[in-house]
Amino acid sequence: MSDQSMPVQNSAAQVSTFAAFRATLRRDLLIALKRRNDLLNPLMFFLIVVSLFPLGVSSDPNELTRIAAGTVWVSALLASMLSLDNLFRADYEDGSLEQLLLSPQPLYFMVLAKNISHWLISGLPVVLLSPLLAYMMYLPADAYWTLVFTLLLGTPVLSLFGAIGVALTVGLGSRGLILAVIVLPLTMPVLIIGAKAVADASLGLPLGMHYALLGAILAMSLSLAPLASAAALRISVN
Amino acid sequence: MSLSAAATSPDAQSAAVQPLLRAAALFCERDERVLFSGLDFSLFAGEVMQVQGSNGSGKTTLLRILCGLNSGYEGEIFWLGEDIDDNREGFLASLLYIGHRVGVNKILTARENLRWSSALHTPVTDADIDNALVRVGLAGYADVTCRNMSAGQQQRVSLARLLLSPAKLWVLDEPFTTLDVHGVKVLETLLAEHAGQGGAVLVTTHHKLDVPCELRRLNLDKQG
Repeated sequence: MSDQSMPVQNSAAQVSTFAAFRATLRRDLLIALKRRNDLLNPLMFFLIVVSLFPLGVSSDPNELTRIAAGTVWVSALLASMLSLDNLFRADYEDGSLEQLLLSPQPLYFMVLAKNISHWLISGLPVVLLSPLLAYMMYLPADAYWTLVFTLLLGTPVLSLFGAIGVALTVGLGSRGLILAVIVLPLTMPVLIIGAKAVADASLGLPLGMHYALLGAILAMSLSLAPLASAAALRISVN
Repeated sequence: MSLSAAATSPDAQSAAVQPLLRAAALFCERDERVLFSGLDFSLFAGEVMQVQGSNGSGKTTLLRILCGLNSGYEGEIFWLGEDIDDNREGFLASLLYIGHRVGVNKILTARENLRWSSALHTPVTDADIDNALVRVGLAGYADVTCRNMSAGQQQRVSLARLLLSPAKLWVLDEPFTTLDVHGVKVLETLLAEHAGQGGAVLVTTHHKLDVPCELRRLNLDKQG
């Protein structure tokens, strides 16, 4: 029986990191679901950009087959750029970011939760839609699964790297192109390997190395990128 | 058992007079202008400290420094005698900060906002949230989207966090700005209650605080 329960209260009622992680993930998904536009924008953008190529380059199936892999990958990359700002921008403006930074929970997991939510909203739909666009671009049927798998490994990396860029620029008043200038160069390796894997698949070449490289990049960015984002956020609110 | 032992031990005696928060020789400069230098103060359990100063005197900066949001300072800050950088987690677990930007997402409802901000610190139930909202005068607003609330009501949503948190130290930056007369009364009562339960409050406001408890003032205009 504690008559003055103050110190007890202070230490007893701690939330587990996992609970805080889940709450953050749930919150971000909830916000995304309530903003339908943001949910559809990347997908529409992806669809429109890819469909510009048959119109602009050539409608010849052979020509399209040749550029299909690169086109779909570049479009996926641009689509993921489009929604990046949602990651921390609103939280910065309304003060929620400060609450996040002042949580006793490790910031790594909180940023990771936001990243996962961002990928589920903007990356996963792009992955799911990609076979349809591959069909439109006359990608050989052998390469469909490769496209889906490489995007599945690659799009989370785009979110993770993108988050670093957003975290660095979120405090700036007028950002303009700076986000793209920071993030796009970081994503080059993923783009090159991803597009090459799909091109190789349509030629029937072995793909093991491409998958291994993408997997390695994903593992590395999963473990390191949220740390970089967390550090960048601390600087941005300073 | 350990509690009753601790209550009479000399350790507890010294802990009782030890300040919760102590700042030593704080110095902060912004845009080549010294905001404060050699700033020393202690905040003890049961105290409400009002940070005063004219616009631009560094009140917000001071609060952000004390919370660890701003690292552009020199000097030392101690929580229960320990440098806050040495035990950051322990310090953050005892801290509740509400800034200018109150941390209320406009797309979510009051309940969803509070559920998340509490989840970062303490588990709370829906009933806790309802009770807290009633206390701050938002009965029936739990499931209203915050965009449809007035600025004062959004401020009240953020103040409901005070009731849901076990934090000992409250750091509040201009919490009175958008509140009406009744809201001001509620908040003043909350501050006094918190101090009465052994907590401490650091608050900036231009409003004349009327709290029925120990009130100390820290004037930044005399600094620097």
